[in-house]
Amino acid sequence: MTSTVRNKEAQRKAAMTVLAHSGAAEIAERLAEVAVPAHENLREPENGLVMVRGRIGGDGAPFNLGEATVSRAAVRLASGEVGFGYTLGRDRRKAQMIALCDAMVQSADFSGAVEAKVIAPLRAAMIAERNRKAAETAATRVDFYTMVRGEG
Amino acid sequence: MYVAVKGGERAIENAHRLLAHERRGDRDVPEVSLSQIAEQLSLGVDRVMTEGSLYDRELAALAIKQARGDMIEAIFLVRAFRATLPRFGATEPVNTGEMQVRRRISSTFKDIPGGQILGPTFDYTHRLLDPQLAEGFVPEQPVTSEAAQAAMPRVTDILGRDGLIERSPAADADAVVGDLTREPLSFPADRDLRLQNLARADEGFLLALGYSSQRGYGRNHPFAGEIRFGEVEVEFFAEDAGFAVPLGSIALTECQMVNQFRGSATEAPCFTRGYGLAFGQSERKTMSMALVDRSLRARELGEEANAPAQDEEFVMSHSDNVQATGFVEHLKLPHYVDFQSELGLLRKLRKEFAEANEAPDMQEAAE
Repeated sequence: MTSTVRNKEAQRKAAMTVLAHSGAAEIAERLAEVAVPAHENLREPENGLVMVRGRIGGDGAPFNLGEATVSRAAVRLASGEVGFGYTLGRDRRKAQMIALCDAMVQSADFSGAVEAKVIAPLRAAMIAERNRKAAETAATRVDFYTMVRGEG
Repeated sequence: MYVAVKGGERAIENAHRLLAHERRGDRDVPEVSLSQIAEQLSLGVDRVMTEGSLYDRELAALAIKQARGDMIEAIFLVRAFRATLPRFGATEPVNTGEMQVRRRISSTFKDIPGGQILGPTFDYTHRLLDPQLAEGFVPEQPVTSEAAQAAMPRVTDILGRDGLIERSPAADADAVVGDLTREPLSFPADRDLRLQNLARADEGFLLALGYSSQRGYGRNHPFAGEIRFGEVEVEFFAEDAGFAVPLGSIALTECQMVNQFRGSATEAPCFTRGYGLAFGQSERKTMSMALVDRSLRARELGEEANAPAQDEEFVMSHSDNVQATGFVEHLKLPHYVDFQSELGLLRKLRKEFAEANEAPDMQEAAE
């Protein structure tokens, strides 16, 4: 695999991560601000299951923990780029929007706009939410050093 | 016969209509919403997802509502729903070492890298009913403080560096991961199948078995090496995309039990371990699971195995509350024909008994 292909794949995965973490309403709201190119569904959005795997001891051989609902879709732009959308949950529309964004990320004409107007603001919201939770969690950290006994 | 069936149908229909009415309760009281259940009864939702073996908060909330809060009935509904969707495949194994931790504690080391993080816990509450919660209580916003960027290695990873604890069994690329939803159980079962069984097992059953091992029925000296709860990323290798695509994150609880040593002439003694993993914040469940996982390793570790928690066939065959409730509750269904034959046999036996007891009297009378 060439490094450009790998870079493109990394960029697509990074965008997919942000989209999978975002709500369908938020994605739709952002997408409305972009001139979406002509496209068709290559795979009609559908619901299904994946078996979630863990590892024995956290780091050992895999085992089947239990299933999760997922949705998936595939979209082809009129210019030929094919995008794939996968997300936890049963929101088919969200999977379709992720596929559309993934196709746009691969298009020279649209990757700039989708990155700036959809992915970047959603990423900022995702990070802000993560930081908020991390800060709340940090406040419950036990600091044993504050328990030093006073002198005399 | 035909008439009886028709009568039964109408009674069943009316019973279900009455059930729907009772489920709604007093119609002057506002109806409970799925988001209220998902948000405010979240640990119940976690249990239904774990034992229903399906991660979907909204469906679990619906199941709880439909089941009127009967958890096993809700778990049953979720299990049945699974059968309606196709399975696209299995995810990449999740990496709990990279969890966005919401809670992480160790009872073995005070000063663990990353620290002891209590998170949202019932621990240290006084277990006094709080009348404030009865109505209209608005809790304060949580306190925040600067989050450390330090890594949070698993406690077992730290012990592992010095060889003080056994390694987890290594992944074998050629081995098929056992799946009890696809093949019927057979014994002896490998640890992957045992963990899958325990992950969906009834919490109460595992709690009792884990407790029994602590009380001496197959003692294995456990310490809660680490319990962590938080969000982990899930990835799925998508054939069409050609790479592992991110699906989003799920909440998981993981428990690492650290147990008494093993060693041999050729192997230095080291701690052994038991493992628990479940959807959502399921601490009691994962602790019990880790205790029972360790108990079920008795034969592998050359220990005497004569306690219930160490009996793989006993534990795995009775751990599933959907199977268990199906068999127990089927006793409610009509057994009229079976019972008629039992009744016939009993009458015959009683007649024989009466005749045998009457016979000597008659003989005496004749004399």
